[in-house]
Amino acid sequence: MATDGSRTPGGAAAAFFTGPPRRLTARTNRCVLPLAVSLPGWRRHSLRAAAATPLPTSQPHPPCLLEFSMKLTCLDTGVDGGYYTPASHLLEVEGLRILLDCPIDLSSLTAFSPVPLGASSSSGDAGDLIRGVPYYRSPTAVAAAKAGRIDAVLVSSATGLLGLPFLARLPGFANTKVYVTEVAARMGSLMMRELVEMRREFVRCYGPDRDQSPVWMEGEKLKKLMSVLQKITTEDEENNNLAALVSLYSLDNIEECMQKTQYVKYGEEVCFNGMLMLKASSSGLELGNCVWTIKGPRASMTYLPSSIFVSAHALDFDYSSLKGNDVILFSDFSSLNGMYDDNKKMGEHIVDETDILLASNSVFRDDGMDEDETIKFLCSNDDIAEEIERISFICSCIIDAINSGGSVLIPIGRIGIILLLLEHMSETLHSSNMKSQVPIFMISETAEEIITFTNALPEWLCKSRQEKLGRNLALYFVHIGVLGMAQLSICFIDGVQTNDQGVDAELTLKPFMPLAIQVLGCSFLSGIKVGKIDPLLGLLKPKLILFPEGQKSLCPATDKQPWSFLYYSKGKTIEVPNMREEFEVRMTTEVAFGLQPRQLDKTTAVARLKAKLLLSNGQYVLAAAKSELDRSERHLLHWGTVDASCIPSALQEKGIVCSFSADADYSAPSDRERVISITSPGEALVKVTSERTTIYCDDEETAERVYDALRSICNGI
Amino acid sequence: MAIECLVLGAGQEVGKSCVVVTFGGGKRVMFDCGMHMGHHDNRRYPDFDRLLADGAADYTAAISCVVITHFHLDHIGALPYFTEVCGYHGPVYMTYPTKALAPLMLEDYRKVMVDHRGEEEQYSYEDILRCMRKVIPLDLKQTIQVDKDLSIRAYYAGHVLGAAMIYAKVGDAAIVYTGDYNMTPDRHLGAAQIDRLKLDLLITESTYAKTVRDSKHAREREFLKAVHKCVSGGGKVLIPAFALGRAQELCILLDDYWERMNLKIPIYFSAGLTIQANMYYKMLIGWTSQKIKNSYTVHNPFDFKHVCHFERSFINNPGPCVLFATPGMISGGFSLEVFKKWAPSEKNLVTLPGYCVAGTIGHKLMSGKPTRIDIDKDTHIDVRCQIHQLSFSPHTDSKGIMDLTEFLSPSHVILVHGEKPQMAFLKERIESELGMQCCYPANNETVSIPTSQNLKINATEKFIVSFCMDETENDPQKQNLNFGGDMPQGCRTEGVAEGVLLMEKSKTPKILREDELLHSLGMETHFVHFEPLHPSSIEVKHTGESAVQQSSLEHLDCE
Repeated sequence: MATDGSRTPGGAAAAFFTGPPRRLTARTNRCVLPLAVSLPGWRRHSLRAAAATPLPTSQPHPPCLLEFSMKLTCLDTGVDGGYYTPASHLLEVEGLRILLDCPIDLSSLTAFSPVPLGASSSSGDAGDLIRGVPYYRSPTAVAAAKAGRIDAVLVSSATGLLGLPFLARLPGFANTKVYVTEVAARMGSLMMRELVEMRREFVRCYGPDRDQSPVWMEGEKLKKLMSVLQKITTEDEENNNLAALVSLYSLDNIEECMQKTQYVKYGEEVCFNGMLMLKASSSGLELGNCVWTIKGPRASMTYLPSSIFVSAHALDFDYSSLKGNDVILFSDFSSLNGMYDDNKKMGEHIVDETDILLASNSVFRDDGMDEDETIKFLCSNDDIAEEIERISFICSCIIDAINSGGSVLIPIGRIGIILLLLEHMSETLHSSNMKSQVPIFMISETAEEIITFTNALPEWLCKSRQEKLGRNLALYFVHIGVLGMAQLSICFIDGVQTNDQGVDAELTLKPFMPLAIQVLGCSFLSGIKVGKIDPLLGLLKPKLILFPEGQKSLCPATDKQPWSFLYYSKGKTIEVPNMREEFEVRMTTEVAFGLQPRQLDKTTAVARLKAKLLLSNGQYVLAAAKSELDRSERHLLHWGTVDASCIPSALQEKGIVCSFSADADYSAPSDRERVISITSPGEALVKVTSERTTIYCDDEETAERVYDALRSICNGI
Repeated sequence: MAIECLVLGAGQEVGKSCVVVTFGGGKRVMFDCGMHMGHHDNRRYPDFDRLLADGAADYTAAISCVVITHFHLDHIGALPYFTEVCGYHGPVYMTYPTKALAPLMLEDYRKVMVDHRGEEEQYSYEDILRCMRKVIPLDLKQTIQVDKDLSIRAYYAGHVLGAAMIYAKVGDAAIVYTGDYNMTPDRHLGAAQIDRLKLDLLITESTYAKTVRDSKHAREREFLKAVHKCVSGGGKVLIPAFALGRAQELCILLDDYWERMNLKIPIYFSAGLTIQANMYYKMLIGWTSQKIKNSYTVHNPFDFKHVCHFERSFINNPGPCVLFATPGMISGGFSLEVFKKWAPSEKNLVTLPGYCVAGTIGHKLMSGKPTRIDIDKDTHIDVRCQIHQLSFSPHTDSKGIMDLTEFLSPSHVILVHGEKPQMAFLKERIESELGMQCCYPANNETVSIPTSQNLKINATEKFIVSFCMDETENDPQKQNLNFGGDMPQGCRTEGVAEGVLLMEKSKTPKILREDELLHSLGMETHFVHFEPLHPSSIEVKHTGESAVQQSSLEHLDCE
């Protein structure tokens, strides 16, 4: 048995449990693990993650606005399709450094023994698992924050928030602003609290941290841990670095982080630093998960993490709000992993949809579906149907287990799926008249809050659930007992392990042996299906797509596509070209009226302009400046050649008496120097060549008059 | 460019709020669609015909969208009529709580009109449901693109659950319509909150245009004291209250007091409506005050501990109790029934809401202290009970209106939803103290407001870069400003910029830095500079050369 689920904070410390709370030793007991991974079934795809990722050479540079190009550094591509540990990036745009998501990698937990359950569990053999307070891989974002200041963090999901407290005390994080949806922030902080709570359990057992490294860090155990991490971070060579392992953050760190957080709603436009407009739109994956639009003065960008078009609980993916953004940063790794899936794990319950998808995909490419068809294809209800089918299947297994006298343990993974499952299960139990006899418990320090919270946020739920509000029904039908962890710590199964063949129940449950339990693993769609990527791009019409290098083949570039691809890979910085050479600026009518344009020819005019340059909500505005242009200082720039033969008449018009010097030669080529001498009102000499006019004069007033006269025949402004 | 503002309702009066604003490009937004409770003829609805051009009949074509600020009938009462009878089927926007609670309000009122007063039905229950199905819900601060040019955004307004102020923008023209709002938080709702926006027009309510209110705590204490005194003397307290809003606020107050004073006397809620409403409040907790939001996962204040199950027969039971009953003005229904039973005993207490419409028993009780009230020819009630008048109001006072207006600093202010003399007083204050133009049109009057328009031009990177200030001077922590900040939200000054605007036929005008101009025109610089004539011309030549070199480096000629 195994799963991602078990490695989530929820999965680690929380589980829900139906049936009388007895020990999981009966053969009839069953463990159901809703997995949040991608397409039918899944397996671990080799992912590059590093224990100590040397950060790419992005030096902390001063906020120099000359450097306007955009840069993207992929810090991490996430683990296992990216639901629990989503990808993380560093975006440099208009001189600002923006961190996109900051998850925590919980995979090291697999090397640690769960907290022993006292005398009763003495039989449980933890084997070579480390008995100690767990350490975690330090998020790559920490290295990024050490390398330079982080101006802002955009968080797209609760899980994308979990690593942030590691950054809390770094100097580069002191003035950082964190943007996250209200719901993701609340769920995230509940999850973080749960992690801290779990750590407390460990500390209670093994004693508090000492100043020096824990004992296990010196021996074989460390190697073991490293090998676990190594397995996960296959492509990293230099991860044998203790600095890469960190102890969990504290509640204070969480608090510090939350204080930097600005909550947003879907569709709320917030302005960062005057320069960037940020907007979160629903991604459909979970309550509060979002896709970000980052709009700068010269380019707009979509940060697209895992998304689901139609959801049975959260608001649907609001892709239409992303239309027309110049750049898409494609960061959905779920579908990418799912591509290689074998469907064996789900057995006959799952239809093989990959073929169907690919088929429809090619239809799209060849015929060019029109927009309505594309939308219909993207938003078909099949995702929900599958989800419900799986949940019904789990429910039927639960009923079977209960009927044969067993209990069921469900590690909490994706909260949306869990709520659906709870709801469905209550109904199933109710309809089979078992409700009164079969209690449902949710074991978590934060269970009560999660249930209350999810029942009070209608704005974030899918349309069908919003309708319930109109009918005055509870948003989720969940009637459960809530237990504190201390009451039932039996369900600690965070030491679970996964392997490429799927789920290794034996290894996972080893610490709890002997026991007899059936294990059911079940995966749920948690990202864009591969076949939907291309139609989606066709709908959004970006100019450029930043796509993961390793998954190139999933979305091959063709000549027909009006967009181009740039490929990114972990640990590398890529330069993203500017979308626009020039900036768009608004000029107030007040400024426009103050202009004194000079016509150069039939099609061109120029005007000197002095105005206050404001930056307001990502938009430059030229507003009237308090001080007017100084008239006397105008006409400073001249160009073209001056026809010397016109000078005398121009001077005479201003009442100046002048004559060409004696050596003047009218037939000489115009690039020759002409000299005009002036006798009245003062003495002066004007020398004219093709590039320059020089006025020799000691009397300022005369010079001014001569200049005035010259100006009338000279192109200047 | 101008904004046309047509006041269809709540002009120089309170009731049937409805303001239609026409922006440039034919975008037209109807703010609120209320009914007047004081009229029973066709004056009860706004005169929608004025929206149509001569001969036209299609409201959908005439209006871009309707936005409702909150669920009170004087703001939403005419909506089912407008959509189902007049046939408007364009978009209608309101916040989530308004969408959830409005059908209760509308249906309650429809029943009172049809069932009790026997009036002709203006719209049916099915009409209400059909109407509500067309509604697109809004979340606070969400920018909704109604169409390509028109966007709207809702801000928290306090007042009642789900009340919103609406910001609407077309191109560069932007306005805010406040609906009803409250600038001070109460027991269950927060104070109004809005960003500092650049506005051409602010349309604000002015219910308390002249009144400045003192602290609320004193009035709350008075109320609690009166209730406590009554129940400890064995009396019954009748609180006729509107199902939504006031009832919850008072109940939070009482529940909290009961807890502190360890009182065991039962509190009852009369009708299903109020209990249902409590359930909505629990679900919509995100729209209540910050204090409640922070604590509800631990304790939901709408889980009233001291509210007991109620049955109609309880009104004849002996012993003290507190009962919330609808309707609020004792105009009929259950509150009247209970009033008949309880009024004759001097031990009992009746609380009255701050405002009662003329003709209701509430109004009679407020004006003097009658000892006998005639219900009809045959029935009369001897009133011996005590009467306590509540003076809480969910509206902002005059100081609040002035504060908001000053904060938003619009170019123009229009006052609606108030009484004419007070509005005149407030207009004077706004014009003299804030220096803004202000008016308060009567119903069916149109006001035209000039707007400024910005030109779209391009700027070269060099131009922008030269005049941008070093970012470090802008502390990012100071960027986001709530109410009370100094600069408009997300605004930053970069400094004074000088450049040359290049206008070419059929191209967007472009602003360049001076040194970029000639390159862009394909021209060479012609230097003009000054030299002294005397002394020695050779020395002059030298200094002249150096000056030229320097100036050619800077591409600037110096004097």
